[in-house]
Amino acid sequence: MTFTRETDHGTPAAINTGKTVNVTIDGQSVSMPEGTSIMRAASLIGGSIPKLCATDHVKSFGSCRLCLVEVEGRNGFPASCTTPVAEGMVVRTQTERLKQLRRGVMELYISDHPLDCLTCGANGDCELQEQAGAVGLRDVRYGYDGATNMGQAKDQSNPYFDFDPSKCIVCSRCVRACEDVQGTFALTIENKGFESKVSPSQGEAFLGSECVSCGACVQACPTASLIEKKVVEVGTPDRSVVTTCAYCGVGCTFRAEMRGEELVRMVPWKEGKANRGHSCVKGRFAWGYAQHQDRILNPMIRESVDQPWREVSWEEAIAHTASEFRRIQAKYGVRSIGGITSSRCTNEETFLVQKLIRQGFGNNNVDTCARVCHSPTGYGLSQTFGTSAGTQDFDSVMQSDVILVIGANPTDGHPVFASRMKQRLRQGAKLIVVDPRRTDLVKSPRIEAEHHLPLRPGTNVAVMTAMAHVIVTEKLYDEAFIRERCDWDEFQDWADFVSESSRSPEAVEPLTGVNPQELRAAARLYATGGNGAIYYGLGVTEHSQGSSTVMAIANLAMATGNIGREGVGVNPLRGQNNVQGACDMGSFPHEFSGYRHVSDDATRSLFEKTWGVELSAEPGLRIPNMLDAATDGTFKGLFVQGEDILQSDPNTHHVAAGLAAMECVVVQDLFLNETANYAHVFLPGSTFLEKDGTFTNAERRIQRVRKVMAPLNGYADWEIVQLVARAMGLNWDYTHPSQIMDEIAALTPTFTGVHYDRLDEEGSLQWPANDAAPDGTPTMHIGGFVRGKGKFVVTDYVPTDEKTGPRFPLLLTTGRILSQYNVGAQTRRTDNTAWHPEDLLEIHPLDAENRGIKEGDWVSLKSRAGETTLHAHITERVAPGVVYTTFHHPDTQANVITTDFTDWATNCPEYKVTAVQVNLSNGRPSDWQQDYNEQARMSRRIETEAAE
Amino acid sequence: MSGANETNKAKVYISRDMASVALGADDVARAFADAGCDVVRTGSRGLFNIEPLVEVETAQGRIGYGPVCADDVTTVLDGSHANRLGKVEELPFFASQQRFTFALCGVIDPVSLDDYAANGGWNGLMLARSMAPQQVVDAVKASGLRGRGGAGFPTGIKWQTVHDAPAGDKYVVCNADEGDSGTFADRMLMEGDPYCLIEGMAIAAYAVGAHHGYIYTRSEYPFAIDTMKEAIRRSAHIIAPFTLEVRDGAGAYVCGEETALLESIEGKRGQVRAKPPLPALEGLFGMPTVINNVLSIAAVPFILSKGAEAYANVGFGRSRGTMPVQIAGNVKNGGLYEIGFGITLGELVMDIGGGTESGRPVRAVQVGGPLGAYFPPEMFHLPFDYEEFAKAGGLIGHAGITVFDDTVDMAHMARFAMEFCAAESCGKCTPCRIGSTRGVEVMDRIIAARDEQTAETASLGGGAGYLAKALYSRSPSRIDTGIEAQTQLLRDLADTMKFGSLCALGGFTPYPVLSALDYFPEDFGAPGTDNAPHKEAAE
Repeated sequence: MTFTRETDHGTPAAINTGKTVNVTIDGQSVSMPEGTSIMRAASLIGGSIPKLCATDHVKSFGSCRLCLVEVEGRNGFPASCTTPVAEGMVVRTQTERLKQLRRGVMELYISDHPLDCLTCGANGDCELQEQAGAVGLRDVRYGYDGATNMGQAKDQSNPYFDFDPSKCIVCSRCVRACEDVQGTFALTIENKGFESKVSPSQGEAFLGSECVSCGACVQACPTASLIEKKVVEVGTPDRSVVTTCAYCGVGCTFRAEMRGEELVRMVPWKEGKANRGHSCVKGRFAWGYAQHQDRILNPMIRESVDQPWREVSWEEAIAHTASEFRRIQAKYGVRSIGGITSSRCTNEETFLVQKLIRQGFGNNNVDTCARVCHSPTGYGLSQTFGTSAGTQDFDSVMQSDVILVIGANPTDGHPVFASRMKQRLRQGAKLIVVDPRRTDLVKSPRIEAEHHLPLRPGTNVAVMTAMAHVIVTEKLYDEAFIRERCDWDEFQDWADFVSESSRSPEAVEPLTGVNPQELRAAARLYATGGNGAIYYGLGVTEHSQGSSTVMAIANLAMATGNIGREGVGVNPLRGQNNVQGACDMGSFPHEFSGYRHVSDDATRSLFEKTWGVELSAEPGLRIPNMLDAATDGTFKGLFVQGEDILQSDPNTHHVAAGLAAMECVVVQDLFLNETANYAHVFLPGSTFLEKDGTFTNAERRIQRVRKVMAPLNGYADWEIVQLVARAMGLNWDYTHPSQIMDEIAALTPTFTGVHYDRLDEEGSLQWPANDAAPDGTPTMHIGGFVRGKGKFVVTDYVPTDEKTGPRFPLLLTTGRILSQYNVGAQTRRTDNTAWHPEDLLEIHPLDAENRGIKEGDWVSLKSRAGETTLHAHITERVAPGVVYTTFHHPDTQANVITTDFTDWATNCPEYKVTAVQVNLSNGRPSDWQQDYNEQARMSRRIETEAAE
Repeated sequence: MSGANETNKAKVYISRDMASVALGADDVARAFADAGCDVVRTGSRGLFNIEPLVEVETAQGRIGYGPVCADDVTTVLDGSHANRLGKVEELPFFASQQRFTFALCGVIDPVSLDDYAANGGWNGLMLARSMAPQQVVDAVKASGLRGRGGAGFPTGIKWQTVHDAPAGDKYVVCNADEGDSGTFADRMLMEGDPYCLIEGMAIAAYAVGAHHGYIYTRSEYPFAIDTMKEAIRRSAHIIAPFTLEVRDGAGAYVCGEETALLESIEGKRGQVRAKPPLPALEGLFGMPTVINNVLSIAAVPFILSKGAEAYANVGFGRSRGTMPVQIAGNVKNGGLYEIGFGITLGELVMDIGGGTESGRPVRAVQVGGPLGAYFPPEMFHLPFDYEEFAKAGGLIGHAGITVFDDTVDMAHMARFAMEFCAAESCGKCTPCRIGSTRGVEVMDRIIAARDEQTAETASLGGGAGYLAKALYSRSPSRIDTGIEAQTQLLRDLADTMKFGSLCALGGFTPYPVLSALDYFPEDFGAPGTDNAPHKEAAE
């Protein structure tokens, strides 16, 4: 594949009004949608009007004055970027007069631009250079003795890109990208006239400014003024491959721009339907972990975890794994082993791991990390609507009038979608935030929530039910919708339940801490403000009543008729890149792919026929059950692909004890993660850059992952699983992941239309994609619910058993931050540590003062489960009585603190509520931290051949 | 009031206009008040060489004296003062005017609602309210009123567009960011007859369906800002439900450009917007907006109360009605002269203005502020008319006229135009942002080359110095700094700026530059011209 830049039509597509106008451009008559700029129209018919300040990412600006054209019957030379086509308009884009004007403008540009093209990082990939050629500039008669903006110091503070003001042409594309696309408003133009200058925040350096390093400005820059350090270092790319990001559930697609085998940069793909050409600091820049020195490239084994690792051949490692698993099964029984699939791996790899377990291990002991995040979503939405997934695509938010965000912090967790949402909010949609913290969405530049309900952690159900109380008692529900689409009797039962005065906003205020007037106003706004859309995150699911809250949310949407069309819906913001896919692929112990129960004979027999073995009709063990069984001595072997349960699962002590009780733990990962401290076999994994496959994002969108370089470890992850399967006697012979997808399609009714050739053609497909929905399903439940009638489920608020008291008076809730990702295995191995080198404890000034804690002090954080030490950050983002931390750093191990309480329906851990105490500390790590660090150090020793 | 009191307590009128105050009107007023007079502070009549002007109410009418100083109370009151002018409105400067817009300026107490009402104030608004909004728009259309900010766009058509925009939030914005050097009409009106502007805005709001208006005033006009605020407060009940507020600028000339002004009101950087969209459709906060100059809006009460025909009957060609011309610079009778279009430039400068203050011959006049063209006396036949001025390569602008005598160096004036543009450029579009700075540099080269040429010495010193600079240039190819090459470059640059700039700041800067070059080539050292007449004159 040769390198070509994506076509830039100069201005965004016009808002579709359904009308077209006829226009003649350079003698060519065309019909164009009303509102299309002359520039875009000319580009769409193959023309190219010179331009510098225009790019189709952002609204036209009209500042560079290169794109002037002649319009018959009009005076002067209108800018083609800001002038829309009109009926009967006759435009000339290339005349002698225009050439003269454009050369005049270009001569001015170049009179204030360094002439160092040959040594410039953007040489060959610079729009200024290209346009200077296009307008035929041959001479700069102004000389170089005059005033200049050249020679200004470069700002190299950002770890990923440089800002060289000397090369800036002040087109404001970066400023506009920061405003229109990202919505952060970190950049501005400082001074005026000739001294105009791009400035992060108030003349700060990029790193210290409000810039969130999304990369939109760098992408927008037409010169080398904002340029990726990697391009300067490596040179401009010579080929590109479109692939899907391996970070969060937004599923951004990128052009991986390569120079030979080396990745130069990841540039968000404009055609990508999930991200529409935008990115965040992780996907855009934080891929350096793929080449990090910590990456393990050779298989390793050891007899026991106190020994150092021994590097072995792939043959030995695979044979050892197979024989150990078979030995354990022979000794302890068929059900004594199991495995965990990865939400970070592809659909195909996940499918193979669960197939290995069901077909090869002969049991259903398979689970996945969705257990600890969105299992309540799966349960709650399938109970009420009939599908375990969000109802909308991301584009839908642009049709929303009221957006209700509950227990989610999208500007940190799902930044690219957050930018879309903020675009819609700036257009005038109203926002309600239900969150114990004052997240950025509550108030940030040009964004302010209409209502913020800062509830006490653990009271989601009470708040949702109180909203329902308002909607029902004030008769704000959509009776026609309910009668047509839902079970009316169930609705009435539910309505009676929520109408009880004990569930009113006023009655629950002492529990929830939410002002009843605000809650009533929020409920009225959601019910009556037009298209109402709900977006929620782990702040909903990771509770003892996680599944109840999901159902309470579904009830609200059904009661107000906010389901089954664009702009509305119930949308879980899925955490990991492929957590939706991992769930779809049959990663749960009770379900085959497509959420079909293992006890269903017809489904089982379909799989049995295809796989040629008898399958168990008994659901297997969930992760917590596996760990319990391990400590009980009945579960002895575990295959873990791409997940770090020791760091990510709750109550670390218990996880460690379970792992320690096993005889063979096999970890397949990029790095020696925390779980690997307890492993006996380590199989090096491959990165998303090194394999083919698909990921499914939070909108059920299946997108291709494409191999851009050979796996450093030798094999793609799916190949490694296949090696294990063969060693265990299974007859697998996949030569490409497309064959695995064909098998998934053949076995899964919602996937029958999903094939690689189709994905390559369409770019992506949203399941269900089958004969009933050949082009996939952007919006679900149109015209009817998948389960038939929508089901109202009564959700009684039951307080968690985790309660504050004299010993543990504060509530800890946990979350993520923009620059780091989950357990940090990847992001901690990138320059993203510049922004978040450690986990901090957020504490309200009142609570801090009571404890004599000052900003930056060491504090100990203690719950009945454990204790850790970290630095305090005093902030009013958290309410009094609530503290908050992230879980990105193993040094902190926030999950030492969290308890083993779980969701009643799905065992999803209650990460979001832990009663804790915080005290000043001298900074000495807790005993546990010290022991753990020592254990980890010992466990990570690798015996190399040279050492022998 | 008893008769005794009347004779004892003389009633005098003294301007509190900023210009009058600068000339000492406050001291004079205090002196008359201390002497027991009933002092009414008015706006200015608009002729500054008679300020501070004191008008004494007598049985024969208001008798003016000016200029007077604080010591002159007695002689003014007894009628013996040497500068007794008689009835001010009968002075030739005033008698020949057609004061439609400025009828009450200098006559009444600016913030007295009684005075305003007693002199026909609010009649326009009352009449407008008795008509359908479309009829009001039609009246403005019929009057032929065109934008007095300089563009000359028909005001009625602008109103029609806003009127026809879908109902919802609409705004009326008054551009009172009067930044052109030598202009002061907006300020005089706001200080001297604020209700006239308020009434005009209320009529506009009624016509287009706007609920709120802004008057955007430059911060250098503290008297105008205070007067407008006070007048808005006092008249709120009259213009209700329409509401109005004053916003003061932050010192950027470019905010006088209508879209930059809207950005500034929105709290953003004062930067020009590309058009379309037109402000009439997507203006302030993205809503349909009437944005008009003070003089356009202030003409509206007359048009409504006296009838569109009365306004349209005056004028020349397509320029209908009157224009408050502001005569400034090196001129004997500086001031505001409101007259129907069609009066010639020569009449304004020589007959009304009375020639230069210095007594030297007039060499050039600049019409339309710092972005207007310079005309030599040979062009004094030009009638004051948008079209005639455009044909002659100039513009009327905000009708400011600045007079220069024969000591002026027109190359320096061309340089000043570029320098002004560089200082005031918002920096958005390239021709203005970079071009104006390069223009100053080109002018410096031309002036240096000219001066070298006229130094006649052709001495190696100067020449080598300039050559040396070129030799050490970072330019890969040395540039030709000769007058001919630089003049060609100046013309090319002017072409790029005129046709390439986003707004009138960069687009009009070529007017003063090219007119200076074309009418006064000798000042640019052009071959075959006597290149330094001014030098001798200046000595």
